[in-house]
Amino acid sequence: MGSKTLDLWAGIFVFAGIVALFMLAMKVGNLSSFSWSTNNYVLYANFENIGGLKVRAPVKSAGVVVGRIADIRFDNKDYVARVTLSLENRFQFPKDTFASILTSGLLGEQYVGLDAGGDSEFLQPGETIKKTQSAVVLEKLIGQFLFNKAEGDKK
Amino acid sequence: MPTEHLVEINNVNFAYDNRLVLKGMNMLITKGQVVSIMGGSGCGKTTLLRLIGGQLQPATGSVRVAGETINELGHDDLYRMRRRMGMLFQFGALFTDLSVFDNVAFPLREHTDLPEMLIRDLVLMKLHAVGLRGARQLMPSAISGGMSRRVALARAIALDPMLIMYDEPFAGLDPIALGVIANLIRRLNDALGVTSIIVTHDVQETLALVDYIYFVSEGAVVAQGTPDEIRASTLPFVHQFIHAEMDGPVPFHYSGKPYAQDIGLGEPGG
Amino acid sequence: MNPVVKAIPDVLRGLGGWAIHGLWWLGHVSHFLLEILIHSGTSFRRFNLITREIYFVGIYSLIIIIVSGLFVGFVLGLQGYNTLQKYASEQALGVLVALSLVRELGPVITALLFAGRAGTALTAEIGLMKATEQLSAMEIMAVDPIARVVAPRFWAGVISMPILAAIFSIVGVFGGYIVGVVLIGVDEGAFWAQMQAGVDVFDDVLNGEIKSLVFGVTVTLIALFEGYDCYPTAEGVARATTRTVVISSLTILALDFVLTSFMLGGW
Repeated sequence: MGSKTLDLWAGIFVFAGIVALFMLAMKVGNLSSFSWSTNNYVLYANFENIGGLKVRAPVKSAGVVVGRIADIRFDNKDYVARVTLSLENRFQFPKDTFASILTSGLLGEQYVGLDAGGDSEFLQPGETIKKTQSAVVLEKLIGQFLFNKAEGDKK
Repeated sequence: MPTEHLVEINNVNFAYDNRLVLKGMNMLITKGQVVSIMGGSGCGKTTLLRLIGGQLQPATGSVRVAGETINELGHDDLYRMRRRMGMLFQFGALFTDLSVFDNVAFPLREHTDLPEMLIRDLVLMKLHAVGLRGARQLMPSAISGGMSRRVALARAIALDPMLIMYDEPFAGLDPIALGVIANLIRRLNDALGVTSIIVTHDVQETLALVDYIYFVSEGAVVAQGTPDEIRASTLPFVHQFIHAEMDGPVPFHYSGKPYAQDIGLGEPGG
Repeated sequence: MNPVVKAIPDVLRGLGGWAIHGLWWLGHVSHFLLEILIHSGTSFRRFNLITREIYFVGIYSLIIIIVSGLFVGFVLGLQGYNTLQKYASEQALGVLVALSLVRELGPVITALLFAGRAGTALTAEIGLMKATEQLSAMEIMAVDPIARVVAPRFWAGVISMPILAAIFSIVGVFGGYIVGVVLIGVDEGAFWAQMQAGVDVFDDVLNGEIKSLVFGVTVTLIALFEGYDCYPTAEGVARATTRTVVISSLTILALDFVLTSFMLGGW
């Protein structure tokens, strides 16, 4: 076999590998829902408790993915979690938008939900969302329930 | 012409693990000659070639080729030195995945930037010298043992070396092929002005071919001389070797207890 | 003395010898890898040396990888459906098949098959070249066999392995699709949607590829080392080939555990 044919076959092989990887990323994985474009802007939100929220978790509004979590830090001054949201430029939200950490399904992954408010001004890139609601921590919920129940029994 | 030594081996000791193979070996190879190193199997002949090629390092002593001490050269200098050596291995050692042509072209392609046209001409010249110009497109698996050795010889002379080493060039050849190889060694040596070292134990062919002979036994030179001197030698070892006698200084029996004792005869109560 | 007590020194000596031999082997392999890396310049200057070996290492392994991938996908589809339907969550079949393949089975089975198909071929080839003095001949021609023979094969193996693993995974997913969706009748939309929701490009696909890259280095290195280090006789080459399969397989499985624990823990 000539070295030309050999190179051709090696090329076909490598190409097949690239196609397979591409399909793994797009068809099998979630790369297609990623936006790689640079036309994103950043908003911040402070939460008292983020529960199991992870970097790259989706940011949804009305159930539609509008961005992703870019970063999660602990603010050592106010003792809150400071979450960086990376949103697509084409989605703008009013100043009084409400950010909450929600869970998809009963045991699914956690994401940040944005509920648009009625303000006429939009949030500017780099601004912090004022109104937030922390993740629901099951232990606290149960504790509260038991406490309330005990309170109720006393009466 | 003053005698000039291309290879000088001075008091070399060499051991594989704990087995001492060469003990105080001394040898001088004169430029332009065909020199043979003879001795029984496993006496360190092949080791000697590997020391000259720098593939092995002596424990003590020095190996000098063309004025340079091989065992003190660095990697790059050693590789530069090796370009001026050719070696014919026992069974040719042709690259099995390359054709005859590509085998001979291999050293040229590796070491030169010659255009393919010129390489083609050079390769055909070398193949013509060994009479195998017509076999250039064959694969090594398709040619006989004698032919592959001739191809390997063409490959060994591809870079016009100053020294060609032959490791058992006659082993396992039919008489015709053997005669062809022996002739080629002599003709190439004289035509190219190189020095040849032949490691072998085929006595009669060698005596007819070479200029000088070293006899090696147990890691040291035991006899040396021109073919005529060797034929006339009265040394028992040389005598046994060239007349292929069964018993002599090299015993037929591996050392052990006396036979009678071993089979339970002789000593009473044994 | 009690015979058991009497045997203890021998056992200890045996264990010690075994450990020392293992360390010696590890040192040799590391040194060999270093030599390969140092002498890799030629391979990249003359890339056609690598291309040629990719052909032999990659293309020759392709058929076995595709067929195995397909059958592993079939089996995953069947087994997965059988288990999932008990919990009425057949829709999760896609994510189950894809995650098993991308994270574990793809890299590991590909590496095992690669050791058996390409690894043994490499060991036998290098071993035979050594036994027939082709490597020595090259050395005496002032051509470094590590640079000319070993390094291109090493890089070809390292490049081919992640490609083969990706092909294995994608063929496996397709196999799962055939059994799950086409034959059994799981909803096609749910199959793909759940898969895409559950498989992360970085956590799963990329980690799988990193695994296969590590396996590629390991298997190719072991195969080449065993060939280069073998006793240059027919029997020596046969033994070296067996050792390649045994050592690579064990190393792959052990490394898989280590890498998985890293990936689940840290990343």
